[in-house]
Amino acid sequence: MPLRHPGTWIAIAFVLLIVAAVLASVVSNAAFQWPVVGQYMLDPQILAGLGRTLELTVVAMVIGLALGTVLAVLRLSANPLLSTVSWVYIWFFRSVPVLVQLIFWYNFGALYSSITLRIPFGPTLFSASTNTVITPLLAAFAGLGLSQAAYTAEVIRAGIVSVPAGQSRAAAALGMRRMMIYRRIVLPQAMKVIIPPVGNEVISMVKNTSLVSVLALAELLYTAQLIYSRTYQTIPLLIVASLWYLIIVSILSVGQHFLERKFRQR
Amino acid sequence: MLRIRGLRKKYGNREVLRGIDLDVAAGSVLCVIGPSGSGKSTLLSCINHLEAIDGGRLWVGGQLVGYREHKGRLHELPEREVARMRQGIGMVFQQFNLFPHMTALQNTVEAPIRVKRMARDGARKAALGLLERVGLGDKHDRYPAQLSGGEQQRVAIARALAMDPGLMLFDEPTSALDPELVGEVLAVMRDLARSGMTMVVVTHELGFAREVADDLVFMDAGRIVERGDPRAILAAPKEKRTQDFLSRVIQSV
Repeated sequence: MPLRHPGTWIAIAFVLLIVAAVLASVVSNAAFQWPVVGQYMLDPQILAGLGRTLELTVVAMVIGLALGTVLAVLRLSANPLLSTVSWVYIWFFRSVPVLVQLIFWYNFGALYSSITLRIPFGPTLFSASTNTVITPLLAAFAGLGLSQAAYTAEVIRAGIVSVPAGQSRAAAALGMRRMMIYRRIVLPQAMKVIIPPVGNEVISMVKNTSLVSVLALAELLYTAQLIYSRTYQTIPLLIVASLWYLIIVSILSVGQHFLERKFRQR
Repeated sequence: MLRIRGLRKKYGNREVLRGIDLDVAAGSVLCVIGPSGSGKSTLLSCINHLEAIDGGRLWVGGQLVGYREHKGRLHELPEREVARMRQGIGMVFQQFNLFPHMTALQNTVEAPIRVKRMARDGARKAALGLLERVGLGDKHDRYPAQLSGGEQQRVAIARALAMDPGLMLFDEPTSALDPELVGEVLAVMRDLARSGMTMVVVTHELGFAREVADDLVFMDAGRIVERGDPRAILAAPKEKRTQDFLSRVIQSV
């Protein structure tokens, strides 16, 4: 053990003192209502909300990754039309706040009162009122997923660009076609660059799902709000929600650490 | 095997190939020498259509490369057909360009399995044979990062040969290697030439050209300046520019 400077010890003692003071006040302050927190932590309604939050995270990220990959490939296309379409998409969905997009999708029925699928000048295949098609859940998937795709596209594009051009040339010289070159040669190597920021995006998404509470969709936060609007136990229920976010994000961080280590090898 | 007539290539306004005519007979080895920027590497990239051309015609095995001729005009072939054509032409790069996420064996079986749809067992057996042939049978499970430059380049040669090409293109295959590793790569190429492979080799290795090549071409500023028997050219170049280049290369050794 190297000798530390006395200043280091004084700083440590000072910080510990503050931490202890904060902890003491949090534990002793009855207004935190810790028994209520314990009572609701595993409440079935809260757990259902937690499940919804996880579902939203997974679906939005799957949409984001799938559409984001397509957008990244289009953005890098030699065809100027395709690359412009991708650029406009990314520009639009990164510029409008997710909260606005969510409310917009939720109110899509105000723009088009019904959704109809029809062969031009032919028979109607499908027609329904917009409000029955775009449920709050679907609006949430669309709002979170479509905007996530814009961010993911930029991350994936950076990953693809990081792979030396010689790799594509070598693969093309072997007779591989563009799609196969992406799938077998470029994307596996781009993963090293893509994985760490996508890990961060997943973690952000867990928390961004709470925006969906404005659509009255019972994810974790809105479930907590539903309960405290009935019982007036606002603080303990917000603590319950916060603890669950902390737990999920901690687990994901550990997973991200191992995933990064796996892709850094070689 | 390879026939080139009036080949032109431009990058923007800069003309890098200004009318190349070239013939390589089946089973023969052509070495291309010349100063950097003379268009040697671009010429190779045009032969398997990694670069589109701006004028002239190329044929490999009697087939027009990269285009279909219709009423005297060239129409670029769809990607599927360009890819099929490339299967018959192997290419080895200066920077090896091995796939770093795959072992030597995986590098070698990738295209036979994915592109040629060979059965896995057969492709594996053939690839192990090729790696054995380039002297790396015992290192087939190594990743490129675990191999020396010379070993990586030999894997790259095995990878190209695994597609059973009729023509092999070498783009300065030893230029990125430490001097003591050059010999092992040249030895593999010499064996390949002896086995009757048709080869076009862009190189600075004059000794290799003298010993192995059937024909030698000296390029400068996008043109072929001198061509003929390698021993004759290297011993007594006729053109002033060839003389200057050779004296510079030999002095630097």
